[in-house]
Amino acid sequence: METADARLIDAQGLDAVIAVLGELGYDTRGPVVRDGAVMPGTVTGVVDLPVGYHDEQAPGHYQLEYRGDNTVFAWAVGPGSWKAELFPPTQELWRATRDGGDLTFSEPDADYRPLALIGARPCELAALDVLDRVLRDGGTPDPHYRARRDGAFIVVAECGVPAATCFCTSMGTGPGADVGFDLALTELDDGAGHRFVVRVGSERGAEVLAGVSSLPASPANLEGRRQVLAAAADATTRQLSVDGLGALLARNLDHPRWDEAAQRCLACGNCTLVCPTCFCSDVRDTTTLTGEIRRQRSWASCFDLDHSYLHGGPVRATTSSRYRQWLTHKLSTWWDQFGTSGCVGCGRCIAWCPVGIDLTEEAAAIRSTDGAVRPGAAPGRVSS
Amino acid sequence: MSNHNELPTLAVWKFASCDGCQLSLLDCEDELLTLAGVVRISHFTEMSRATTAGPYDVSLVEGSITTPADVHRIQEVREASRRLITIGACATAGGIQGLRNFAASGAYAATVYAHPEYIASLDTSTPISAHVDVDFELHGCPIDRHQLLEVITASLSGRRPVIPGHSVCQECKARGTVCLLVSQKTACLGPVTRTGCGALCPAVGRGCFGCFGPADTANTSSLAATLRHQGTPAIELSHLFRTFNACAPAFLEESVSQGGPVPVTRGRPPTPTSGEEGR
Repeated sequence: METADARLIDAQGLDAVIAVLGELGYDTRGPVVRDGAVMPGTVTGVVDLPVGYHDEQAPGHYQLEYRGDNTVFAWAVGPGSWKAELFPPTQELWRATRDGGDLTFSEPDADYRPLALIGARPCELAALDVLDRVLRDGGTPDPHYRARRDGAFIVVAECGVPAATCFCTSMGTGPGADVGFDLALTELDDGAGHRFVVRVGSERGAEVLAGVSSLPASPANLEGRRQVLAAAADATTRQLSVDGLGALLARNLDHPRWDEAAQRCLACGNCTLVCPTCFCSDVRDTTTLTGEIRRQRSWASCFDLDHSYLHGGPVRATTSSRYRQWLTHKLSTWWDQFGTSGCVGCGRCIAWCPVGIDLTEEAAAIRSTDGAVRPGAAPGRVSS
Repeated sequence: MSNHNELPTLAVWKFASCDGCQLSLLDCEDELLTLAGVVRISHFTEMSRATTAGPYDVSLVEGSITTPADVHRIQEVREASRRLITIGACATAGGIQGLRNFAASGAYAATVYAHPEYIASLDTSTPISAHVDVDFELHGCPIDRHQLLEVITASLSGRRPVIPGHSVCQECKARGTVCLLVSQKTACLGPVTRTGCGALCPAVGRGCFGCFGPADTANTSSLAATLRHQGTPAIELSHLFRTFNACAPAFLEESVSQGGPVPVTRGRPPTPTSGEEGR
């Protein structure tokens, strides 16, 4: 998005943006501090945002620290993602009641109060684009996702302070955002004060911003933004080498590293549930004592034994095969299916793995020993 | 509504247990009358002393086998039941009383009772499945009443119960609970524990106690290594794995790995013998 029309607001201006969105009927959601982490929550003003909070993240580690300064967005993503807002953990699809021999079906309305996602990070915006390809723009769109997604107003907050688990620069998803938002904020906190450069990404974004007192962003402000993003990119030290990565993983299905990862992997599913793009779900029919039938969809994980259960047993019975399925889908076969990477480099799966398994380290280990084969593997096996 | 005498029959049986799981059935306050309208509750002595003879379409069995008499009685229950469902940690894993499996024969009885010679009990507490075929195991200490209703409803309609075997972590994530292990370094068994409770404890800031026993795939050694690295001593880890599901195989092996005493008999079911009835 062009920066020529960029504006400048202060914290009061951000308050006003949130207020205007509320007045327009949006359910204003954004990052809040809850239970020691930055989590999605309801925000009615800047006071609800993580003002003065900073995070420390590492494999299997997350720590929030309150320093009391006036920064609003000086943290990297927490465990909750916007996936939960648009694709909730459980969703009733239909229910049916019996009346004699007849069944009467009813579906819940896909009529949702529009969401305003305030303070989404650029990697999360990229994740929404990934989800769109799966849940909205593919052959079988999900009406509930589509309704929530199409109505959502997105205020992205570009990243100034990445965590040690972030690798968006490898995935091309940050620290800045170019498209996919209604408004984009870049927080400036320098000698000239605490302000936000605001860029407009849509007509409705322009309408909202028009209702707020703002100044034109000066060349110095735009230079300030450029410096924030450059510093954030420099501070993003974790890397995932994506060069030929899909093919690399596809030809290393019998690499011994999968078994090594499985020694540590708890198969608990945390990585998949904090992932902003993992969309696997389970559809189950249940009956009630009175004979009502309900079909419900709920989040599922490829780390569950049930996930690959076919007649006779699970197809992927070992943790090694399930970890491999997750990683190769995310970084390799997702390209074949959806034309993008399934990974946006947010680093959640690294920080929130209880035992700290790091997919960038696993991929690098396979790259450094490309072609290694575990003992007993069938000879000559290649990617299917 | 069908003639009451034509309804499927439900029986509830108690072995060595605290009654909490049976009580879960009576806790189904909103659904109890509906349930009573679709099944005939033929044997449930916690609810009524009026019982009718079997056979029973569905039997819910609570408790573990700890006496010579119960070794025989569970065979009778099995023979009288078309479908036998065990409920709770005692029935599925031996329960908290399974701790006796790690002590010398009679040690606890001698400590507690003035005349232990009057106590006719086995050296071990073992799950029902160690004695008879079980059609479905519902885990938990206590079980979750919604899961219980689901198992009963599924049994009545001849479908597979929707009871997941994955970790508590997934329930935490679904309800938006921040991971205590990662953010607070709290010792939590959630990653290796079967879901079903609704992830109650982490939601109030307590690590998972493992009440529902091991998940389908429980990599306890990896979790234990991380918890030790985060500062939990081995002996505390052994205790953590050795509570209501102490004798569930995955938890038992890990508690031994962390230095806990080994089972005296390794939990082998005793051979039923005659002439030892305790009643």
